Amino acid sequence: MAEILVLVDHVDGEVKKVALELLTLANRHGEAAAVWVGPGYENAKDRLAEYGAGKVYVAADEELTSYVVAPKAALLAQLVAEKSPAAVLVSATAEGKEIAGRLAVKTGSGVLTDVVDVADGLVGEHSIFGGGIIAHAKVKTGTPIIAVRPNSIAPEAAPATPAEEQVSVSLSDNDKAAKIVEKVVQEKGERPDLTEAAIVVSGGRGVGGAENFSIIEGLADSLGAAVGASRAATDAGWYPHSFQVGQTGKTVSPQLYIAVGISGAIQHRAGMQTSKTIVAINKDPEAPIFELVDYGIVGDLFQVAPQLTEEINKRK
Amino acid sequence: MNIVVLVKQVPDTESPRKLKSDDSTLDRAAADGVINELDEYAIEEGLRIKEAQGGEVTVLSMGPDKATESIRKALAMGADKAVHVIDDALAGSDALQTSYAIAQALGRTGFDLVVLGSESTDARTGVLAAMLAERLGVPQLSLANKVEIDGSAIKVQRQTDYGFDKVEASLPAVVSVVEKINEPRYPSFKGIMAAKKKPVETLGVADAGIDASQVGLANAATEVVDFAEAPPRAQGQIVTDEGDGGAKIAEFLASKKFV
Repeated sequence: MAEILVLVDHVDGEVKKVALELLTLANRHGEAAAVWVGPGYENAKDRLAEYGAGKVYVAADEELTSYVVAPKAALLAQLVAEKSPAAVLVSATAEGKEIAGRLAVKTGSGVLTDVVDVADGLVGEHSIFGGGIIAHAKVKTGTPIIAVRPNSIAPEAAPATPAEEQVSVSLSDNDKAAKIVEKVVQEKGERPDLTEAAIVVSGGRGVGGAENFSIIEGLADSLGAAVGASRAATDAGWYPHSFQVGQTGKTVSPQLYIAVGISGAIQHRAGMQTSKTIVAINKDPEAPIFELVDYGIVGDLFQVAPQLTEEINKRK
Repeated sequence: MNIVVLVKQVPDTESPRKLKSDDSTLDRAAADGVINELDEYAIEEGLRIKEAQGGEVTVLSMGPDKATESIRKALAMGADKAVHVIDDALAGSDALQTSYAIAQALGRTGFDLVVLGSESTDARTGVLAAMLAERLGVPQLSLANKVEIDGSAIKVQRQTDYGFDKVEASLPAVVSVVEKINEPRYPSFKGIMAAKKKPVETLGVADAGIDASQVGLANAATEVVDFAEAPPRAQGQIVTDEGDGGAKIAEFLASKKFV
């Protein structure tokens, strides 16, 4: 079976869950070969091995992470040329898709973005137009480059003993054209990343003000969940834009999504419709969010949400 | 400064969006067309840069006849002129081909700065800025929530999951913007009237230097195999709160082993 390259998402050596999902997916269609970029591999090797990375290409040079996207695409293009993999998998995060885009141009290959599954023949499944249509697509030209939506695949442990190979790439001036001079980390506390979280609790227009988002945060914390917000809430300035779930914000696909005071406009549904279980609290029985829910409460979120938080905390 | 803002006409999110059964491309007739939402932020940013730095804002759009509506809107907001790349040969082009066609057209317009929205609301691939930067051999300053220009130096804040990266480069460059970078202006009545007189140049593939054998559905690097409407989600249980709504959700979550 041919190798399938998996670009590993990590933050300073801490492997993102989506990387394990991609390794699982790669082993279904070939032999997973992880591509590590930047420092920190030593901290991550056990985790990658546990999830089936039979091979790891390690490019530890810090310079590769000092410029916007291009060096990672250059490295992958070199590996595509040298190793002739059957496909390249990246996470369908904003940056992952950009890497895929540059790699597609460099290798003259087709790219599938934001797939939620990959079937035999490397056919990608897409959930498009706000989740209204399921489309299957494949790459006809070059080496298939596939960006996979986080939380779409259940990662499976499949212990391997990775063969490690140190790799390097010489960067062109173009690869170094956009220099990252500082990475600014904004306080997000202990909560999980929105796109990676198993549970997301989001607040919308019904929350009524920034000060009331503590209700959403309290509920999220009782579940170990990430906090999201609808566009109405971020437009009003009640919660930062980077937490917006929806068509012009983040797409999430958690095991459990709890929508609090969110009507469920198509703009919002586009960002959360592939969540596995959906719960909503809304005072309007006609709210479109109730068309999606597994369980819904028609009621006042200021009564229902705190009671829910209390009940969850009691059960711990 | 020669600022080129890319604009795409997309189906309105609020209207029914479909694919055509014969070739699996977007059914543009089924839905009302609107300017891609994030492009309004790109136009606004282009206009602000022009207002600060001088120069000209050119709108560049690729698409069928109807794209004229979005081009007019961009002109009404204040762009100076437009180039509309329109040719049947382009229909069905995928992201890779679209980036090729637009890069070729940018070769005709020239540019110091290309500004675009970080993704479109229809295809949502989010790859165009990266592909263009790669093709044009210029810095990729994507996902910007702040742009500062000083002479030929350009600095942006690139939005990331953990916060943002401060990125520096030199012009010419490609910048993609995220929502909230600014507050797009509404076209004034005067702007709308003036837009009718602004020049719109139309380019076919040959005029734009696009090799027709590199674009269009038949030559795409990807293909849609099949599609179907997503099965509706099973009707869930909806209960009116009688003072115990929170407890009831907790029971439901416990039954699903979430708590």
